[in-house]
Parts: sequence; C-alpha cells; structure tokens
Amino acid sequence: MMKHVSAFLIGLLFSLGLVISGMINPAKVLGFLDILGAWDASLAFVMAGAVAVNFMGHRLATRRPHPLFAGNFALPTRNDIDLPLVGGATLFGIGWGLVGFCPGPAIASLGAAPEQSIAFVVAMLVGMSITRLVQAGGLRRPSAS
Amino acid sequence: MHDFVLATIGGALIGLAATLLMAAHGKVMGVSGIVSRLTPPIESEWGWRLSFVLGVVAAPVAFTAATQSSIPFTVTNNMPLLIAAGLIVGAGTVIGSGCTSGHGVCGLPRLSPRSFVATAIFMGVAMVTVFVVRHGLGG
Repeated sequence: MMKHVSAFLIGLLFSLGLVISGMINPAKVLGFLDILGAWDASLAFVMAGAVAVNFMGHRLATRRPHPLFAGNFALPTRNDIDLPLVGGATLFGIGWGLVGFCPGPAIASLGAAPEQSIAFVVAMLVGMSITRLVQAGGLRRPSAS
Repeated sequence: MHDFVLATIGGALIGLAATLLMAAHGKVMGVSGIVSRLTPPIESEWGWRLSFVLGVVAAPVAFTAATQSSIPFTVTNNMPLLIAAGLIVGAGTVIGSGCTSGHGVCGLPRLSPRSFVATAIFMGVAMVTVFVVRHGLGG
C-alpha cells in the first residue's frame, strides 16, 4: 500500500513541476523549440533545474544498499549507440515538434484540458502498444523480468 | 514571478521526483517507459506504474482547485495532426527507449552515452520540425 501511495505522490510532484514550469503547455513548448523564431528560452531552465537536482539526488539515492520499496536499483546498463536509439529519437523529435506534446506533459494534460489532449494520448498509447507487440513478436521473449 | 524562475523551480521539482522514484522504488522516472508498459503486452509490475500515472493526472486537477485559476494551455485542434503526432511519439519513444524524462532528466545525470545521443537527436529534430512547420512551408 505504501508503495502505491509513494508512487502516486512522486507522480504528483513530477506533474506539479510540469504545471509550475509551463512545460505542460504545448504552445510554450513549441515557443521553446522555435529557436530561429520568437524563442522562449525559459524551458531550458526546466531541464537545467531537473538535471542539476537529479545529478546530486541520483548519486545520493543509489549510494544506499537498496531502494526503500524494492530489492535493487533497476539501472539501464547498455552503452551502445544503435539504429533503434537513433531512429526512435528521430521519430520522437518529429512528433514532439509537430504539436508540442512529449509523453509526460501529454499525460499530465489529461488533468488540465482532457478534451484537447485525449486524442493525442490515445494515439500515443496505440503507437506504444503496437510497437511493443511488434517487438515482442520479433524478438525472443526474455525468460524472466 | 519571472518565467525563468518558475521554470527553474518546476524543473527542480521534476528532478526531485526522479530522485525520489530511484530512492524509493529503484526505477528510472521515464514516463514513456512507465506508460508504455501499461499497454499490451502489459508487464507484471503494473501497480506502481498505474499509481504514478494517476498522480501525474491528479496534479493539474489539484493545482486548479487549490489556486482557483486555470492552467495556461494551448494546443492545435487539428485532429489528424494530433493523432499522427501521437502515433509517432508513441512508436518513437518505445523504439528509442525513452523520452524527455527518461533520457533527459534521468539519463543525462547518470552520464549515459545513449541518453546524451538520444536527447541531442530528439531536441534537434524537434527544433528542425518546428522550423519547417512554422517558417519553411511558405509561412
């Protein structure tokens, strides 16, 4: 139970950051991405603030023997730059630039302007699911995860 | 308060959330990873993921109620464009193993080479896309 309350509150905190910073607003995001137009630089401070805090926080958090509610830290271990990474990031960049929604703010906007964001979110979930189903069918399933 | 101050405070809260998710659950706070694993084929550890997502949706509702003000929000009403962008973002973040939060907020502080490359690419491509849409197509 505490595990779920904790995850809920962390999601709440993350989303509050999106609201306060203005990152939840696609128009503001497009203004930030429009570097050769009327550039709104403010969102650079969102990433800078988040990276600075988590740079220190991540090191403090992972210094402990294990997480509060789990047996171990699930940290990505891969360091190779492969085609899916490059191609996937390129696709994501195109979609992000088209309307100004990346996944976090898109989900958060369901709590701010659901009627304006639901179509994007449903399409995003469909895109995610189809891609994962294709990956699961094309690759041998890991024996345990 | 100035936009830059609000952006920095908001960013700090986002970074703190990422730290807390690692400290409490041992997980990378990548929203595309968390959300995509709640879609078929659903993974077994879905409880904390659903709780996190509910928190993300609840925050703007709580903020609006507490401050008695609406959150600035404007997005295109071009339905085909919204759907196409949603499909592309969904597929791209799964194929590329992450989005702004997973690669940017979590991967950069971990000094992950994959996240540095991915973040540079999706930020750069998004900027080019906005340029083409706003200034490149007879605009």
